[in-house]
Amino acid sequence: MDGDKLMVDVKQRAQRLLRACAEGSVGSYSDTAGIPEIIQKVSEYIVRRDGGVPCHPENIYITSGSQWALTNILKVLVNSEASPRTGVLTPVPCHSTTLSSLTMLGAVMVPYYLREKQGWTLEVEELQQAFDSAKGVYNPVALYVINPGNPAGYVQSRESIQEVIRFAVEKKLFILADEVYQDCVYGKNTEFVSYKKVLAEMGPPLSDTVELASFHTASKGLMGECGLRGGYVELVNLDPTVMEHINSLFSTNSSASVLGQIVLEVMTNPPKPGDPSYPLYLKETQHIRTSVADNVKRVEEVMNSLPAFSCQPLGGGAFAFPRLFLPPKAIEKAKEAGMQPDTFYCLRLLEEAGVLFSPGTEYGQKEGTYHIRFCITTPSDVMEEILRRLSSFHEQFLKEFS
Amino acid sequence: MTSLQDVNPRVKGIRVSSQSGLQSLAENITRDISLGAQQSFKEVIDISSGDPQGAGMKPISFVRQVLAVCLCPELLKEERLPLDVRLRALRLLEACDGESVGSYTASSGLPHIRQTIAEFIMKRDEAVPAYAKNIFISSGAQRALMVIVKLLSGGEGQLQTGVLIPQPCPHTLLPLLDEAGVMAVPYRLIEENDWAVDLSELDRALTTSRGRCEPRAIYISNPGNPTGHLQNWESIKKVIKFAAAERLLLLVDEVYQDSVYAPNREFISYKKVLFEMDKHLRDTVELVSFHSLSCACVAECGLRAGYMEVVNMDSGVMHFVDTMLCTDINAPVTGQLVLELMLSPPNPSDPSYNTFAHETLLTGATLAQNSQRALKLLNDLPGMSCRPAMGGIYLYPHLDLPSEIREQAEVGKGAMLGLEADVLYCQMLLEEEGLIIGAGQDDGTSGCYHLRLCILIPPDTLEEVLSRLSSFHLRLIDRERNRSVEEDKDENQHAVTSGRNRPKLHLTGQKSKFKF
Repeated sequence: MDGDKLMVDVKQRAQRLLRACAEGSVGSYSDTAGIPEIIQKVSEYIVRRDGGVPCHPENIYITSGSQWALTNILKVLVNSEASPRTGVLTPVPCHSTTLSSLTMLGAVMVPYYLREKQGWTLEVEELQQAFDSAKGVYNPVALYVINPGNPAGYVQSRESIQEVIRFAVEKKLFILADEVYQDCVYGKNTEFVSYKKVLAEMGPPLSDTVELASFHTASKGLMGECGLRGGYVELVNLDPTVMEHINSLFSTNSSASVLGQIVLEVMTNPPKPGDPSYPLYLKETQHIRTSVADNVKRVEEVMNSLPAFSCQPLGGGAFAFPRLFLPPKAIEKAKEAGMQPDTFYCLRLLEEAGVLFSPGTEYGQKEGTYHIRFCITTPSDVMEEILRRLSSFHEQFLKEFS
Repeated sequence: MTSLQDVNPRVKGIRVSSQSGLQSLAENITRDISLGAQQSFKEVIDISSGDPQGAGMKPISFVRQVLAVCLCPELLKEERLPLDVRLRALRLLEACDGESVGSYTASSGLPHIRQTIAEFIMKRDEAVPAYAKNIFISSGAQRALMVIVKLLSGGEGQLQTGVLIPQPCPHTLLPLLDEAGVMAVPYRLIEENDWAVDLSELDRALTTSRGRCEPRAIYISNPGNPTGHLQNWESIKKVIKFAAAERLLLLVDEVYQDSVYAPNREFISYKKVLFEMDKHLRDTVELVSFHSLSCACVAECGLRAGYMEVVNMDSGVMHFVDTMLCTDINAPVTGQLVLELMLSPPNPSDPSYNTFAHETLLTGATLAQNSQRALKLLNDLPGMSCRPAMGGIYLYPHLDLPSEIREQAEVGKGAMLGLEADVLYCQMLLEEEGLIIGAGQDDGTSGCYHLRLCILIPPDTLEEVLSRLSSFHLRLIDRERNRSVEEDKDENQHAVTSGRNRPKLHLTGQKSKFKF
C-alpha cells in the first residue's frame, strides 16, 4: 500500500473495500446476503444498466457463483415430494449445470425448443407446446431462460422478452432469467436488454406483480474471474413472507467468498474516465472486446465455409454452437461404439487434433440433429489455431466417412 | 404468484437460529450509534460465532503474501517479498489452468491441492495411507457435509433418514439437517465429565430413534464444537465400534484439529485410530472427515474453502459426491490455494519460517491464555460455571438463569417476542452492553441453559468482553438478590415494577451455585 507501484485509485478502492469488511479483513465472514457496501454498488449498477428502473438492495443476494443462487431459488420453488412433480420449463439447448441442479432437487425439466433456423429464437408456440405437454403430468412452476444464450449464442429482442413475460403471467410461472452473459454482446445491431427493464416498461399491473429472479456473475463478461466465485441474484416482486424464507435458506450457508464479492464490486463499479487506472482498464477491455469480435467474425466465416457445418449468427454469449451434418457412415460407426454421434466426433477431434469441444448431446438438441460447442473468448491466435486444426480434422473425417 | 403456500415445505421448515434475530438487532443498534444515539458502549462486539479475523485477529503474513502474488502475478518480480513466498506462488499458479486464479477448476478441487492435502493427512496420521482421489474440496466444510447428508437423505415418516448428533452441536448443524430433510437424533454429551461422549447415551439415542426414523449416520465433532472437549484414543475407538456395529456412517467434524491447547493433550484423528483397529474394521468402516480453512489457525473464514476425506466409501457413491459438487462448479480458487498453504506451511529453512512460526505460536498462545482467563472469570461469576475446554475456539458455560429472565420469557417481554429464556438473556446483554454471545442449544425443558463464546479474539477484546459480561450478569444477580430480600420482607404485597404486575414469588429450594 505504501509503495508507488499501484495506482492511487486502486489503493483507495482497496482501502474502501477493506473498511467494508469486518475488522478490515477479507478473512472475516460477511453478512448472509453479502457485504452491504458491495450490494449497494451492485444495485447502483443495475439501476444504471436499466436506465433508472429502481433496484432495492434487500432484493439482492451475493453467492459463490450464480449457480449457487439459482439452486437456492429453485429449492424454494421445487417441492421434491409433491405429486404431480414440480416442473421447470427449460430451453433446448441448455447448459448442463442448471439441468443437474434441477435433477438434484427432484424437479422435472419441461423442455421448450429454440428455433435454430431463425437464429435460435424463443417462440411462444414452443413455450405453449412445452406447457401443454406437461398438463396433468407435471406441475410447472417456473420458466428458465438464458439470455444471452448458452450454448447457442442468441440475444433476445425486446419483443421476444415481452412475449415470454406475457406467457409467464398467463401460465403463472416464476421467471428465472439467467443473464450472466449480459456483458457478452457483439452482434451487429444487437443489444442486451434485461427482463427487469422490459417488465418495468410494460407498466403496472405487470411491472408490480410479475415474479422474476435475475442472475449475473463475475465469471463471464470482461472480468471472466471464474475461479474467484462471485455471482448474485436480484429478486423482483416477491412476496415479503416468501423473502423471509429465502433469507433463512441463504443463511444456512455462510456468505460468498469475500474476494469473489470484491470482484463483483469492481465489475459493477469499474474505473471511470478521469481515474488513474482508467486508461489501462480501457486498453485491456477494448482489447478483449476486439479479440472477441474478431473471433466471432472468423468463426462465422470458417464454420459457414466448411462443408457439413452451418452456424447461426453469433449475437452474444461465449460459445459457438454450429450444427454438424454427420455422414450416415459416421453415425453408424458411433452407434456401433455405443456413443452419441456428436460425442463420437468430439472424441475423434480430441484424439486426432488435440482440441476438446463438447457435443450437442450434453445440452439437448432436436432429435436427429447434431451440434458441437466451443468457447470463442480465447486469445485470437489460439482461435486461429483451433479453427485450423478443426478444418484439417474435419476434412479428413468427412473423407473417411464419405 | 408465489405465495407462502407455494414455498417448498422443506424450506419453510428450516429453523431460524436465534443468532439472526440478535444480529439484526445489533445492526439496528450500530446504525443508531452512528446516527448519534447515546449508549454506554461505542460499538457492538459479536463473539457468538467463530470469526477470529472478524473480531480483530490478524491474518498470517505468509498466507496473505502468497495470495497477493497469486492474484497479482506482477508481484513475482517484487524483491521486497521473500523468495519462498514468490516461489510458492509460482508453483500454485502453475497448478491453475492458464496459470490464473480466475480459471475454473475441477469440481472436486485442483489436483495439486488434493495431493497436498493427502500428503498432509499421511504426515499427520504417521503414514496411514491417504489418496488425493478420496479428497473433495468444497466452498467451506459445511458444503461438503451437506453433500454427504443429501446423499443419505430420503424417505418419509418412519423411513426418514436420521443422523445422530451430539447435544450440544455446532449451531449451524440443525438448519443444515432441516434443509436436507433429515431428522436430527440427539445424544447428550456428559457435562460433568467435561462434555465427554457416553456410549450408553449413544445407545439410548439410537434405540429411541428406531421406529421414528432410519438412522444412517452419526455425526461427532472432535475437538468438540462448542464444548471444546477432546476425545482420547479409547473414546474414539468406542465410537468407531458403535458406528460399525450399528452400520452408521461416521461423519467426523475435525475442523478444530489444529486448535488443541490443553497441556499434554494431542489431537488424534478418527482415521488413525481406525487404522490401528482390526483388519475387518479398518477395511469396512465408512468414515468422512471434515476440515476447514475457517476454523484452523489461519482462520480465513471469508475465503470459503474446506475439504472432506472419505474412507472406505464405495467408488460408485464417490462418483455422486463429485456430481453434487459440480453444481457449485468449484470452490473459490483463492480458498483452495490457501488450503495448500495451511497444510504445507513454510519449512524451518525457508525465509518466511520465522515470521510464520512466531505468528502461529502467538495465535495458539492467545487461544490458550484467553481460554484460561475466560474460564476463571466465568467460574467466578455467581450463577455461571464452565467446564474447561481442551481445544476448539469456544467456551460453553452453564448458566443458572436469574428468575427475572425466566419469568419474562414465560409471561413478559420474552413471551411476547416468543423468545427462549437464554435468548432473552443474550438480547438483554446486547441491548445493555453491546455484546453478542450465542445462546446454547437447550430446549428449555430441563431449566438448564448455556451460552457460547468464541475466545479466539485479541486479548484486549476479551478483557472488554469479560468486563461487559460481568457487569451485566452481576447487575442481574444484584437485582435477583434484592428481589428475594424484598419478597422476604413483604410477602403479602404485589411488587409493581415498571408498570408490570409481578406474580407472587416463592423462594424455591432450587440449587444454585452462588459463591460469596
